[in-house]
Amino acid sequence: MNYLVTDNTSGALRLEEIPEIPYATFYELMHTWLADERHHVAHYFALPSDDRMRFYCLVLDDAEGKILVTSHAMGYYDETHLPSLTALHPQMHPFEREIAERYGIRFDGQPWPKPLRFPFDRYDRQSSIDNYPFYTMAGKTLHEVNVGPIHAGIIEPGAFRFICNGEQVLHLEIALGYQHRGVEAAFTATENRLRQMCLAEAIAGDSAVAHATAFAEAIEKLTGRERPAQLDRERAVALELERMAMQIADTGALSMDTGYQLGQVACEALRTMTINTTQAWCGNRFGKGLIRPHGTDHPLTPAKSAMIRQNVREIARRYDEVRRDIESSPTLLARFEQCGVVPREEMRRIGGVGQAARASGLARDIRATHPWGSYGKCLHHESVVETSGDVMARLEVRSREVAQSARYIDRLLEIYERKYGKLENPCGTPDYTTSLTPSSLAFGMVEGWRGETCHVVLTDAEGRLAACRIKDPSLHNWMALALAVRGEGISDFPICNKSFNLSYCGHDL
Amino acid sequence: MILPKIRVLRSHGRQAIEDLDAVTLTEEFRGRPELTFTEETDDAERAAAICPTGAFTADPLTLDLGRCLFCGECARVAPRNVRFTNDYRIGSPTREGLVLHAGDTCVAFDPQSVRPEIRRCFRQALQLREVSAGGDASVEMELNATGNGNFDLGRFGIGFTASPRHADGVVVSGPISANMAEALEICYDAVAEPKILVMCGTEACSGGLFAESRAVDRRFLETHTPDLWLPGAPTHPMTYIDGLLTLLGRKKRN
Repeated sequence: MNYLVTDNTSGALRLEEIPEIPYATFYELMHTWLADERHHVAHYFALPSDDRMRFYCLVLDDAEGKILVTSHAMGYYDETHLPSLTALHPQMHPFEREIAERYGIRFDGQPWPKPLRFPFDRYDRQSSIDNYPFYTMAGKTLHEVNVGPIHAGIIEPGAFRFICNGEQVLHLEIALGYQHRGVEAAFTATENRLRQMCLAEAIAGDSAVAHATAFAEAIEKLTGRERPAQLDRERAVALELERMAMQIADTGALSMDTGYQLGQVACEALRTMTINTTQAWCGNRFGKGLIRPHGTDHPLTPAKSAMIRQNVREIARRYDEVRRDIESSPTLLARFEQCGVVPREEMRRIGGVGQAARASGLARDIRATHPWGSYGKCLHHESVVETSGDVMARLEVRSREVAQSARYIDRLLEIYERKYGKLENPCGTPDYTTSLTPSSLAFGMVEGWRGETCHVVLTDAEGRLAACRIKDPSLHNWMALALAVRGEGISDFPICNKSFNLSYCGHDL
Repeated sequence: MILPKIRVLRSHGRQAIEDLDAVTLTEEFRGRPELTFTEETDDAERAAAICPTGAFTADPLTLDLGRCLFCGECARVAPRNVRFTNDYRIGSPTREGLVLHAGDTCVAFDPQSVRPEIRRCFRQALQLREVSAGGDASVEMELNATGNGNFDLGRFGIGFTASPRHADGVVVSGPISANMAEALEICYDAVAEPKILVMCGTEACSGGLFAESRAVDRRFLETHTPDLWLPGAPTHPMTYIDGLLTLLGRKKRN
């Protein structure tokens, strides 16, 4: 067998169980898999141990709901040239670039051999973020526009280089890495499980619940302890609250960039209501502190459940009014429709995930294809899919998901009230002391509001954390933004950007 | 076309907080902690051992808000020693001011520690440039929220500008990643004197979880002295508003 088949709910994998195949076989296998649209790569990373390097790869099979795990390896003194898969399947580019940048492995024929995030432990210490090798084009009618790393608004840093013909964007290249703060190294530098949880919450603040859930699930698989069903439901409530807050926030941001102040102000207020609901539940507007391994410090109470249900119903009602107003405003539709189109086939080739992929007709949604926890049990999720792939489609996905999340939250809390209303804490309390299965690999895969969020945790022979490899959905989707603005007027860049709202810190780690 | 707008307006109503001083946050909110000394120190020592950033120490009993993530674990392990209140007034003009001791009932804000030109030049109006340097975007989103319809910081003549050339100072969020260190320095230099420097969020105050990271470069603070330290993970908009107004002398801390 060349690979191992698992799913999103089964336990940890022993490292020796994972097949180790020659690179040529791996190359063929990946080529066959990725040629079929039901597969896409979820993670591909290298991990050095002693004098060898082992490369692990996780591929998702959407049709069967399975996760395919395989690996290949090489010795320290082996030839370090590997034929690049990116040339055949562009979705491999961030992973190959990361491995090349970090360990000096060369991928032959890699069409875009550029640094990814300038990590502190990069192989080539001479490379510097200050001289990122931007693509250039010569021509008398062309000019370049540089934006960043510091942007005009209060957002994270990243350098954008546009090549324009007049007002029209021919090419956009995005150089990231400014936010790199050594997250992955920090996970293994400590044995304090609480500190590791806090790190997971600090990967991307707007997806704190998604990342914390992914990490907690990976850890729980490594301890082999079952979770109470109610804990799964509370995590789902938190995740859907986070989704609502961010989809509303981005509707507000799109409104702001089109001068639609009514929508902006209304959405900002609705986002405040949503995150204040989270705060009234757990004490933090971003849900930090809510997700903990094996239990929770902030169990629902009947009063809190009623408060959340009431607020969510009101938010969904008011947000729907904003949606109706947008859809009945020709001036807004003129800006959103046919703008920043990413066709389905392009989205598939670059391996797009999450709500951006769903707006291009690609039904990538872990909640539906690889359900975990409450999804697939008390929630039967049907992905929201739009087909036009433009800014409007991404906005439509957002607005339909807000209504969907509101229904899910109501359903989950209804179950809680019916079943547990009087029980003290059916979820149990967090445990930071559990020991992990040694020499194993476990992953947590969660559909955050941006898309699939994946944490792969590996342990050493003593059961310590040997590595935590994190993938934020933005890693796949930044390329989609670069493609979306091609051919558009540069003045449409802000709304294209906001329609994706990708994470810099989740990408840079 | 006009009806849907009227519906949005009617549902939205008026949401601006009229009197920001009257705001009390939910009981669940973890703001300023209160420390109580006990003869028996076992609990406090266990709390110090689990504290993710080493913000809490048992002997002497202190909690450094500049390092605290407000996860609340110390209060669960040592409930007799630590209790988190919902008081959001936790900004300080000095880094030492963020270190709380047993018996402290507020985060001190000594007006003497504020440079006189800050109140002379910026009391009526203050425009700031924000620089995110390795933050997780939560502080940035809270800073954006200070200007929204609820908090409406603009009513005090305080806001954010797009260019450092138009700014009276810089707000830093994030632990200052090495890759952003130079851009931050350039941005700060571009602001004309006199100017102020605000460190916003626990990561900015101490590096937080990344204080020891090799990807972080905090030498910026060796040459520049911040005027205001605002802890929080992330800093609550009310903490930011209260901190700035107190710095400008438009509000007093009791």
